[in-house]
Amino acid sequence: MAYVPLADQDQEMEMHHPHSWVEKYVWSQDHKVIAIQYGGLAVLTGIVGLVLSLLFRLQLGFPESVDFVDPNFYYQAVTMHGMIMVVYFLTALFLGGFGNYMVPLMLGARDMVFPFLNMMSVWTFLISVIILMASFFVGGGPTGAGWTLYPPQTTMAGTPGHDAGIILMLVSLAVFVVAFTMGGLNYVVTILQYRCRGMTLMRMPLTIWGIFVATVLGLFAFPALLVACIMMMFDTLLGTSFFMPAVIESGSPLDYEGGSPILFQHLFWFFGHPEVYIVALPAFGLVSDVLSVHARKNIFGYRMMVWAIIAIGGLSFIVWAHHMYVSGMNPYFGFFFATTTLIIAVPTALKVYNWLLTLWEGDIRLNAPMYFAIGFIFTFIHGGLTGLFLGNVVIDLPLSDTYFVVAHFHLVMGVSPILVLFAAIYHWYPKLSGRMYNETMAKAHFWITFLGAYAIYLPMHYLGFLGVPRRYYALGSTDFIPASAQELNSSITIAALIVGTAQILFFINIIGSLKWGKKADPNPWGAASLEWQTPDTPPKHGNWGDELPTVYRWAYDYSVPGAPEDFIPQNTPERVTPAASDEHIDTDKDSTLADV
Amino acid sequence: MSLIKTVTEKPWERKGVIGGMEPEGTFDTEAERVALTFFLVIATVIFSLFMVSYYIRMELPDWEPLSEPAQLWFNTGLLVASSAFFQWARNIVARGDSKNLYTSFFGAGVLAILFIVAQLVTWNHLQAGGFYLSSNPANAFYYLLTGLHALHLAGGLWVWSKSAIRLVSGGEPEDIKLSIELCTVYWHFLLLVWIVMFAVLSNT
Repeated sequence: MAYVPLADQDQEMEMHHPHSWVEKYVWSQDHKVIAIQYGGLAVLTGIVGLVLSLLFRLQLGFPESVDFVDPNFYYQAVTMHGMIMVVYFLTALFLGGFGNYMVPLMLGARDMVFPFLNMMSVWTFLISVIILMASFFVGGGPTGAGWTLYPPQTTMAGTPGHDAGIILMLVSLAVFVVAFTMGGLNYVVTILQYRCRGMTLMRMPLTIWGIFVATVLGLFAFPALLVACIMMMFDTLLGTSFFMPAVIESGSPLDYEGGSPILFQHLFWFFGHPEVYIVALPAFGLVSDVLSVHARKNIFGYRMMVWAIIAIGGLSFIVWAHHMYVSGMNPYFGFFFATTTLIIAVPTALKVYNWLLTLWEGDIRLNAPMYFAIGFIFTFIHGGLTGLFLGNVVIDLPLSDTYFVVAHFHLVMGVSPILVLFAAIYHWYPKLSGRMYNETMAKAHFWITFLGAYAIYLPMHYLGFLGVPRRYYALGSTDFIPASAQELNSSITIAALIVGTAQILFFINIIGSLKWGKKADPNPWGAASLEWQTPDTPPKHGNWGDELPTVYRWAYDYSVPGAPEDFIPQNTPERVTPAASDEHIDTDKDSTLADV
Repeated sequence: MSLIKTVTEKPWERKGVIGGMEPEGTFDTEAERVALTFFLVIATVIFSLFMVSYYIRMELPDWEPLSEPAQLWFNTGLLVASSAFFQWARNIVARGDSKNLYTSFFGAGVLAILFIVAQLVTWNHLQAGGFYLSSNPANAFYYLLTGLHALHLAGGLWVWSKSAIRLVSGGEPEDIKLSIELCTVYWHFLLLVWIVMFAVLSNT
């Protein structure tokens, strides 16, 4: 007996429909509301991270210009900025926000498979954010150990936030892992088991593939962070020596001996490197769909794109120690990890070529989402190329502790995913809100952000070549750093301030358009994928009205010769296209043509 | 589902409803079972990472092996019995029967609770013998690993207690069939984890 998803069983219409305002918008089990809660909370946390970065940039550009940015605060701000942006902002927004919104809609499902667990996930995420933010208000402040939290300095007296701050950080991360696992199980099982009729795995939009593989990575990588957090918590609170070596603090030996700080680094980066792809893969997926829709062309090499996503996901688990070339590990490890790191460039480059070839001879519509998507291709290529440099041990050694690394990872996993986020938010805003955003404002937002990002990160490569060390509160006077480096630093800070402030444009646009925006067409871009074919815009609870959609084709039927329009929605029966594709209809016994 | 066949499909060529009018589910089973399978893999990753850390940390010079108390054999017996009772309960509901269901289902839960209590007693004995958490990494790993295992079991007991309430408040065995089956899988998994863990701890 074939398995019938819950959505198609008799109780289909007996879903838990909300009755009161609180049930509808606060304790909601609707994936769309949860998505907005997740996304909204992630963005709020991200704003904190952004403000922190501007504060420490002020110190770097104009030393001691802000009174309260002392060395302690500087390290705390850098640490919290890193952790917030990577985990609480990007991961939560891509998977909690977009994952929740897109998965059921793009698959033609009514909701996630476990709605209650989904609600629990967002509220657990809120708890983890509260714990994290609480560390700003405890004695000693948040931890200033760097976002990698390397022992032993996390727990030593010289590090700001070495008592309460680090504990709150570890607890918050552990709670986040729990929240993510609840959400992640939902996305994975929904994608595997809840697709509507006709939606085979290979007909899923690349957004779903990106989210699916990223979620699987998250489910298997976050445990490493959890394990590291638990053991470090034992070291800090209970006096064990998992990671803490025998160490002398202010002249007297601490009560630790024999622990292995490198062990922590291995555990941390076993999580930390897949984490890069947890952020990047959903971005790859989203940008593929945005590019294809606005270029009015099918995505080039769909199968290759899927395989590349899977290959990157698999490889991401065997490259982690390229973050540890300078840790003093066995040199043969370096050889191995440099090799795997360079291999991972192959599927990644393949994706970049396919994006470019999707644009090739397309009927490109230069809307704001397309601006951001093309901007992403630029920043991703630049950030990716410096990754090839840093993947080699001999080049990494001198550059590892310089601004070159800061420039690399910000371009490749900071700016690039954020440009995709903007592309995706503008692209799906009409579906999400039922209104159009202001195009002029969005384009202004793009140019300031895109050019500003280059003004910030391009000079950092030069600082890196000069040997300017990262992580330092102040450079002092050195022979090898020319005075002009400071001018470059000032200009970077000015650019950062402008870009940071310009994000206000985005918020004015997004919030203002809710009220003043033009009413949006249900499918303003003429997109083929399923989420644009809902009976209501924005989609109502249950998404599809009385009947679930049936999918007859892949998500990329754009500019099909002979078709009445330049796109054919996934739920359009095949008879509508008389053209070329018909002769390829597979007559396997498992494929039945619908009677239309 | 053939994975190779799936990922080599050419979606741009095949139009129409593929796979007849049945909805798509990659695995021909309940969503809950798929979710549990994923969760078991996650738990395996967690326990494996602790094990790897254990072996790496063991190499360092300050390691003093802990000789595990004999009481652990008794505790193991409790856990095996708990698993066996669950299997019994599962077989009963699989037959659509209800005879002995209460005995087997509640027996399984009570035995699991007894296992956790016995583990705590073992902890106390070790503490009394001067084997403190912070005195040596081998001790720390012992407390950490057994504690983590007990926590996983406690999580399982939470699901068990929910099913137990449904069963007592007049739920039909048929209704909690899936719940019992999944609990059984989870219990067997935790038994396996325990056996591996016990073997590693005793032999190092």
